[in-house]
Amino acid sequence: MDLQTTIYLVVGASFSLYIGIAIWARAGSTSEFYVAGGGISPRLNGMATAADWMSAASFISMAGLISNMGYGGGLFLMGWTGGYVLLALLLAPYLRKFGKFTVPQFIGDRYYSKSASTVAVLCLLTASLTYVIGQMTGVGVAFSRFLGVSNETGVYVGMGIVFVYAVLGGMKGITYTQVAQYVVLIFAYTVPAIFISMQLTGNPIPQLGLGSSLIGQDISLLQKLDTITTELGFGQYTTTTAGSTLNMFVYTLSLMIGTAGLPHVIMRFFTVPTVAAARSSAGWALVFIAILYTTAPAVAAMAKTNLIRTITPGVVMENADIYGKDSAIEYEQRPDWMKRWEKTGLLKFEDKNGDGRIQYYNDATKNETVKAKAEEAGWKGNELTVNADIIVLANPEIALLPNWVIALVAAGGLAAALSTAAGLLLAISSAISHDLVKGVFNPGISEKGELMAGKIAMACSIVVAGYLGLNPPGFAAGTVALAFGIAASSLFPAIMMGIFSKKMNKEGAISGMLAGLSITLFYVFAHKGIFFIKGTEYLDVIGGANSFFGITPEAFGAIGAMFNFATAFAVDKFTKEPPEHIQHLVENVRTPRGSKAVDGAHA
Amino acid sequence: MDKSGAAYWKATLGLLTKILAIWFLVSFGAGILFADLLNNIHLGGYPLGFWFAQQGSIYIFVALIFVYAKKMGEIDRKFDVHE
Repeated sequence: MDLQTTIYLVVGASFSLYIGIAIWARAGSTSEFYVAGGGISPRLNGMATAADWMSAASFISMAGLISNMGYGGGLFLMGWTGGYVLLALLLAPYLRKFGKFTVPQFIGDRYYSKSASTVAVLCLLTASLTYVIGQMTGVGVAFSRFLGVSNETGVYVGMGIVFVYAVLGGMKGITYTQVAQYVVLIFAYTVPAIFISMQLTGNPIPQLGLGSSLIGQDISLLQKLDTITTELGFGQYTTTTAGSTLNMFVYTLSLMIGTAGLPHVIMRFFTVPTVAAARSSAGWALVFIAILYTTAPAVAAMAKTNLIRTITPGVVMENADIYGKDSAIEYEQRPDWMKRWEKTGLLKFEDKNGDGRIQYYNDATKNETVKAKAEEAGWKGNELTVNADIIVLANPEIALLPNWVIALVAAGGLAAALSTAAGLLLAISSAISHDLVKGVFNPGISEKGELMAGKIAMACSIVVAGYLGLNPPGFAAGTVALAFGIAASSLFPAIMMGIFSKKMNKEGAISGMLAGLSITLFYVFAHKGIFFIKGTEYLDVIGGANSFFGITPEAFGAIGAMFNFATAFAVDKFTKEPPEHIQHLVENVRTPRGSKAVDGAHA
Repeated sequence: MDKSGAAYWKATLGLLTKILAIWFLVSFGAGILFADLLNNIHLGGYPLGFWFAQQGSIYIFVALIFVYAKKMGEIDRKFDVHE
């Protein structure tokens, strides 16, 4: 059977499975729609959380970025897992005890103010929408390859499918579907990694393979990769940091705080029966996430090795000279997978020196030896551009794995993107219909009207995200990182202070959220354009790119969060302390006894 | 907050501090600040600092949450506030 047919079959089968489950578990009430009636076991909930969490950014984009960044890519790995520790310790059990559907509801009740909950909705929408843009970028990449169309058409197809899918479900359907999606995506991620690890190192466990020697050589894979990447001017693989140590530190911190502040993840912990279950559920979620996250660095390093091995075959497994005249393959002899990806426009070749061979190296390197050697070999610049977002999807093709594995990866990538998009859209729709329409504008709205408002909100967000996904502010994982920064700087501090500081009042929390959100957006928009619209960047206003101590906009969330905390405590000092009953509420939230089923009633 | 309530909260915060200290040490410490230093030591084919940044910290995070959930359960029962 040819590759394309196999892909259609596998993707089609996985989709019918999800749709079947969604119909079987359709939501009947708002409680089932938002929190699945609150009756999901910690392990199952952990698995669904993992699928919800691991999006196109984790599945499609992350390993590709690590592959390019080397050691510095570890910031994604630590950031997106370490946040679960914060979530389990600082937020999940207390929010579960509080027992309401949504994050803005907690903020509104804790800070006894509708303005506070409205500001929270604003923060939530900004973060979630940015996140969905990242998903759309990833979905576009996946569909463009598997339907053999341009990236743009890929985004349009993705918009349509996400729409049908998210509007159907609700939390109950989504939870069970996500369990199925987790199984599909984890198989799709680990199976090719196992194959590739076997091919390169003979060790079937990728986590160990990455620390093993290459087959037939007594040099470890990482050491070999270090040598080759240095020779090609990319910088040594195991030591290159992301910008500076400070930037890497702050970036990791932003992702961690952002993880704990993202509403679609927090909502997940409202679906378990008890406070104790909320704690262990975070642990289970991280177990399921860790399976992918510890495999990703192996995928990244091995993909880089295989890519270089494809272009200069003798260099990796034997010790051919990387600058040798016949080392690089001729363009006409390139493997089929390159031809397939060229169609999407995400892989490009330009024969700059006209020798008919592919030269792949970092022509912007500052390493003089590399420059001299490249010049001597007659190289006129890097000739192969590989979009980082295609690495994972192309990985099994690069390693020449069987067709069913390639098809499986396609299904996995789509599962990852769809499950997260659905979770995010649910968070968006509940924020608009439940917190804004029902909570503020029209408290008397019927359940049916509320569900309808939610679905309209979903549709609008898909259109906006799709439009911005066509001209994304960066790679899928980079865009998603921006969303984390926004959540980190606005929501996390407000929720945390709501639990850990009894005296924090509404004035402090509101001004903190606004300060954190606006300074972060100000810095991000300066780099990426106002509301991510191309051409509206204002870098000269802030004095050039990364002008704040060399910190990149993706890493700025942690700074925004500190700003948020500082503002909140300053304002809190000069305004009156919260009323007695709120202080009792906080005490009550801190102890597990007396937790009850989650409901949506506004206090 | 009554006396046992205050003691319960103190015990909780004590546990949080300990766990967060380890959380910080393995990721920001071993994975970032001291990574270069640790890279002089090897774990199989892995330089140790690189291993902490891309593997080790994740395993330790998982363990930390389960330890926390277990200890917290003990604290809940000790102060008789469990569900």
